[in-house]
Amino acid sequence: MELKKLESIFQQRIKDEIKIEPKDWMPDAYRKTNIRQISQHAHSEIVGMLPEGNWITRAPSLKRKAILLAKIQDEAGHGLYLYSAAETLGISREEMIEQLHSGRAKYSSIFNYPTLTWADMGAIGWLVDGAAIVNQIMLCRTSYGPYSRAMIRICKEESFHQRQGFEILWVLSQGTKDQKAMCQDAINRWWWPSLMMFGPRDSESPNTGQSMEWKIKIKSNDELRQQFVDMIAEQVKVLGMTLPDPDLKWNEKRLHYDFGEINWEEFWNVVNGNGPCNKQRLNARRKAHEDGAWVRDAATAYAEKRNKQSKVA
Amino acid sequence: MSTSKNSVSKENKINYILYLADTTLILSHRNSEWCGHAPIIEQDIALTNIALDLLGQARNFYQYAAELIGNNATEDSLAYLRIENEYKNLLLTELPNDDWGNTVLRQFYFSVYQFYLYQQLQKSDDEQLVAIANKAIKEVSYHVRWSGEWVVRLGDGTKESHQRMLNAIENLKNYLGEMFIAADYETAMNIDLNTIQKQWDEKVTSVFAEATLPLPKNIFNHIGGKTGVHTEYLGYILTEMQYLQRTYPNAVW
Repeated sequence: MELKKLESIFQQRIKDEIKIEPKDWMPDAYRKTNIRQISQHAHSEIVGMLPEGNWITRAPSLKRKAILLAKIQDEAGHGLYLYSAAETLGISREEMIEQLHSGRAKYSSIFNYPTLTWADMGAIGWLVDGAAIVNQIMLCRTSYGPYSRAMIRICKEESFHQRQGFEILWVLSQGTKDQKAMCQDAINRWWWPSLMMFGPRDSESPNTGQSMEWKIKIKSNDELRQQFVDMIAEQVKVLGMTLPDPDLKWNEKRLHYDFGEINWEEFWNVVNGNGPCNKQRLNARRKAHEDGAWVRDAATAYAEKRNKQSKVA
Repeated sequence: MSTSKNSVSKENKINYILYLADTTLILSHRNSEWCGHAPIIEQDIALTNIALDLLGQARNFYQYAAELIGNNATEDSLAYLRIENEYKNLLLTELPNDDWGNTVLRQFYFSVYQFYLYQQLQKSDDEQLVAIANKAIKEVSYHVRWSGEWVVRLGDGTKESHQRMLNAIENLKNYLGEMFIAADYETAMNIDLNTIQKQWDEKVTSVFAEATLPLPKNIFNHIGGKTGVHTEYLGYILTEMQYLQRTYPNAVW
């Protein structure tokens, strides 16, 4: 079939909201954009295990420890689905991991912030997973089939994650003076980085236009960010805590919350490697991979031996 | 276990349950240190799963012990507010993880022991212990399979992995005997450790043969864990684990 015909079939499918599947023809740039976005998403799940992993051995009760372990295990599972979804586009997990470790692939900058107190486990669940859900609910409708299906599965678990985060903070908000202070401090530190998770303003986001045309993205960064602010500004009242933004105010005309300006200099600094934990996170991933090389080699060598034996027999 | 309900003193029973609780909790703690750092994502999930299973078992044992102790004891007061010499876990479980080979070999040794031990608990006169063992033995038989497969894969994998398994065998060999040397409270509970040891030997011998690994030799048995005399490692584990409960006494989390 000639290229023009293929392109028009592809465009028609996008228009009719019929999912694009691995064996369908697709423009190279569509494939590349999806690989970039899905692998970035997978890396975020895997790197995202580290800041929470930091509190497993110090969780304050056995129940909290069990919930935290299960949650981080879910994230590893999400990473796996997403790597598999990206693999359908013709890239291997090994290649994607290499891109992460060499710094060519990005992951969500939020995970370059440190987890300093137990309350951070609550703030991550409530704010970070909350922001992720807003984005992921949209992605359930994304045009690439395997990505969309992975998102539908992941969203179910994420809403449990957000609830457990809120519940951690809720208990702290009802606790001692120290616990209340710990709760407010975590909200103060995680609020702005959570807003940054939606990416640059629409006017500064070079990929948004094409991604929306292809229905990889359904809503823009600023729309999603606004949706998140409106949700959290209400929920924070239940905790009896505040968000660290003097400009946060309900706007009767817009029927949305107005909010202050994000520190974009900080945003770009963290994106470009100068966040508080960029080095530690990437080093931890590289170390796990390098220390594990002999294990993977042994597993491969053993499987090959077994294969040979079963052929002989 | 043919003991009738009344012949075991309450103190012995509590100590025995705490031995089971502490041992599973401390091994869960060590395994959980791998979370996010394992060699392959699938295996990260598998080992975290084992950590979760062991933690679940520990919680069941602590809850039961708390019930027997009374006095407002809870699973958390028992895990978070007892000190080193009150902990009764096996020394084997508190040793550092070292590499992946050492971790899976320790898990294998322990899971095999736990499997035969729980088989005996399934026949106990104590209904609670029977219930916990019935639930847990399904998990443990998976742990035996998973860790046994890794012992074989690494033993019979590459030259390097074989050498690393030899190192792990050396590393752990003096901490195996403690599983089979009875503390007073175990004797009182009528646990037949001789039978468990025989079953354990048989299983380990057959998996090691498949893994082309030699059985440990020249063994000296370090003991003390069961009666609260530990290695230097346990203090650090508890310091980390108990940090929040100690820093903010009586807070609810």
